[in-house]
Amino acid sequence: MSRKVSITLQNNDDARPIIEAIEKDNPDSTVNIYPAMVKIDCEGRLIVKQETVEALLGREWDVQELHLSIVSMAGNVDEEDEYFELSWNL
Amino acid sequence: MAEKRKKKLGIKQRYSMLTRGLSWETTYQDMDKVFPYDKFEGIHIHDWEAWEDPFRLTMDAYWKFQSEKEKKLYAVIDSFAQNNGHLGITDARYVNAIKLFLTGISPAEYQAARGFTHVGRQFRGVGPRVACQMQAIDELRHAQTQIHSMSHYNKYFDGLHSGPYMHDRVWYLSVPKSFFDDARTAGPFEFLTSISFAFEYVLTNLLFVPFMSGAAFNGDMATVTFGFSAQSDEARHMTLGLAVIKFMLEQDERNIPIVQRWMDKWFWRGTRLLTLVAMMMDYMLPKRVMSWREAWDIYFTEAGGALFKDLERYGIRPPKYADIATKEAEHLSHQAWHIFYNYTHAAAFHTWVPEKEELDWLSEKYPNTFDKYYRPRLEYLDKEEKAGRRFYNDTLPMLCQVCQIPMGYTEMDDPTTISFQSSEYKGDKYHTCSLGCKDIFDYEPEKYVQAWLPVHQIYQGNCGGPEIEDVLKWYNFNLGADNLDYSGSPDQKLWNEWQAHRKKA
Amino acid sequence: MSLEIKINVIKPRRQTFAHVAKRLGEDKPATRYQEGTWDMQPTTNFHYRPIWDSKREIFDTGLTIIKMEDWYTFNDPRQFYYGTYTLARHKMMEAEDSHFKVIDKNKMMDLMTPEWLQKVKEYLLPLRHFEWGANMNNCDSADKAYGVAVNQVMLFSAMDRLGMAQIISRIGLQLDDSTGKSLDQAKIDWMESDLWQGVRKMLEDSFVVEDWFELLVAQNLCMDGVVFPLFYQHFEDAGRDQGGVAIAMLNEFMQDWGKDEKRWLDHLLKVTAAESPENAIIMSKWVSHWMDRAVNAFTPIAHHILGDEAPNILQSIRNDIIKRANKSGIEI
Repeated sequence: MSRKVSITLQNNDDARPIIEAIEKDNPDSTVNIYPAMVKIDCEGRLIVKQETVEALLGREWDVQELHLSIVSMAGNVDEEDEYFELSWNL
Repeated sequence: MAEKRKKKLGIKQRYSMLTRGLSWETTYQDMDKVFPYDKFEGIHIHDWEAWEDPFRLTMDAYWKFQSEKEKKLYAVIDSFAQNNGHLGITDARYVNAIKLFLTGISPAEYQAARGFTHVGRQFRGVGPRVACQMQAIDELRHAQTQIHSMSHYNKYFDGLHSGPYMHDRVWYLSVPKSFFDDARTAGPFEFLTSISFAFEYVLTNLLFVPFMSGAAFNGDMATVTFGFSAQSDEARHMTLGLAVIKFMLEQDERNIPIVQRWMDKWFWRGTRLLTLVAMMMDYMLPKRVMSWREAWDIYFTEAGGALFKDLERYGIRPPKYADIATKEAEHLSHQAWHIFYNYTHAAAFHTWVPEKEELDWLSEKYPNTFDKYYRPRLEYLDKEEKAGRRFYNDTLPMLCQVCQIPMGYTEMDDPTTISFQSSEYKGDKYHTCSLGCKDIFDYEPEKYVQAWLPVHQIYQGNCGGPEIEDVLKWYNFNLGADNLDYSGSPDQKLWNEWQAHRKKA
Repeated sequence: MSLEIKINVIKPRRQTFAHVAKRLGEDKPATRYQEGTWDMQPTTNFHYRPIWDSKREIFDTGLTIIKMEDWYTFNDPRQFYYGTYTLARHKMMEAEDSHFKVIDKNKMMDLMTPEWLQKVKEYLLPLRHFEWGANMNNCDSADKAYGVAVNQVMLFSAMDRLGMAQIISRIGLQLDDSTGKSLDQAKIDWMESDLWQGVRKMLEDSFVVEDWFELLVAQNLCMDGVVFPLFYQHFEDAGRDQGGVAIAMLNEFMQDWGKDEKRWLDHLLKVTAAESPENAIIMSKWVSHWMDRAVNAFTPIAHHILGDEAPNILQSIRNDIIKRANKSGIEI
């Protein structure tokens, strides 16, 4: 059975660098575009790295800012200063 | 101060110091008196400190992020009203989804707020208590932002004027009301299993995500904005749902069968509640994003499948009757719409027979069932209506004792036979719509016999009078405006006038 | 596109919801506070009774002996619904955060004399547990309250108390270089020091008070009526000559909050007392009882910080509570 984790973000300017960072850091992920939102699926594990988002944004980015753009998710959450990770126990 | 200043604490450590350290073991009063409700359900907790905080928002960050969200949201609501945003939607039929939402879901958000306030006081562990309190205030936010977003629609369309009043009285609104009443009258751990886990984690995506995407597709920017703004809190809420389940399962193996039973119960109760949403998605959105069936596949079969696989190691299996629910995804939106088509003279929103392209869309999305069972019926109803014989059902339906939906759903392997179960309790017979609802009744009959069943209440004379019209007045309906078919409604008339003016201009 | 449509065609058919219009009068536009507050709570036809307390309904006016014909007679003078509330608190918090930054940058905590630093650790840091207790109490009142108007005020206050407990904790972390040692010691003081046992006992006793309106009066008028002036004015004054400027700056959030609390609380008490002489008499008993308990409970810590001035200051604080109660129509 598929063990996909997923994160859904609003399709807006705030979320775009986050989406881009996710694609960069999770090469196996699949991006699905729906009206007004973007759902990204990845087998087993998906990470949002502060460093990557900051590089794309050109400013400091608090991982908790993710809460402004997130629509939904599936997976166990691990939130740290430097990253936000979703995973299933494989 | 010779030692080097530590510049910054890690998020986990900081949260723990600012939150977890606050509580203490009371000694002047017995802890069991201070927290009287968190043991009777039979959930054994040995170490509240083992609670894993699902997210780590301190109040400073909470106010910062939430006020930012609120600023954005109210800017959109203001601009929607100033620019007469209701004129930009695809079709006035769409507003009927909003009516169902405001009368059915928004009052439930307030119920959730009160439920989380209760458990936010009652758990003796500080971690879950703070998480619940934050969710309580978030749920108040959702109730209020929904009312504020839809306030503009109320100024122009019927059926939105008396949400909370109707929620306490109207027959189909007793479906969501009894769901939340059921959760709130349960113990604190069951409450969290019902709302945080079953509803928020397993099922809420089915309510919000496709529906909000649908709103966007139909030009309803106010709803999209409150929907997404609310969903951004939902990520926290979902995490709380999973955290509490794992916490119970890890604390004591005696908790496992209790948690499993709650999951079975609340999964079933949740899917029943969501048939209202299924109907909204398949029938009430003029422009459709995805079918209920597709949403079910993505958000239950796929996401739920991965989740329950993850919980397997605790000895948890997928909810009982999940297989039936998956079969039902082929049928229920059609059956629910048919029920409301029958009784729309007693509902505060309009129904209609979908137009030809819409029927074609349904045929395409439901190749196994729609043409075989449902399309011919809708085409027949359409013919009858065009011949001046719009069908309204004048007898009141029997309601399921548990989910309170009219007993019109069928056996899934035989969609021409009504599913019908019954149980005896203290010499009386009680009817349920499915094995799922019957199990729930049989486990706690003393609870479900209390149900305020709208049809029973009407027959007992508690709802304004003996005639349908008396009852509808008691519901505070504006007769001839709030109810009946969309065709010929004041909503339709006004919408057509607006469109005509637009063309002229 | 919408601008092309003539004004008369898009004239609103109604101004607000029916239940709001019933209170406001027909054809008047309502405020967001009114639409998001009035009659939003279910009132009838509940399906089941709580299995944890089958004597009561889910929403029940009988959870206090205070009687109101209409629980929406009270309206929050600040007009706080969730949106306006979070914006207001974020603004206060932004100011507080900038104080923390300035103090950290300029090492202003180091200006305190060692004696005063010790006093601050003894009086202020254990107070975070008092705030946490206040959070529990206000959450309890929010849980049992009838009507959205009172419920949301109490829920906002509960969250505020958590916020203030966290501000005090952050002060502790500034004082101990983020090791948390000062907070650990504060907890030991809270649990064991004679300076705090009266306060802790009072608070724990309040945890088991059943009547939510009594609890609201005990916590917000009586206990807070002592704590806010005592800790954030008089104790601050006592530290003024001992380099206590940083603490004075950081007290600002709590001082502003205390003023804000008075605004809704005094109005709530006034409305409730005006409803009936019975309400006023009941509240008068509660105020007398909890005010005396609060003054007594905080006497040891007041002596420890203020010395001989403590009795006079406590007396004036007591008089202020009585004055507020009297002004609200509650005779003491």
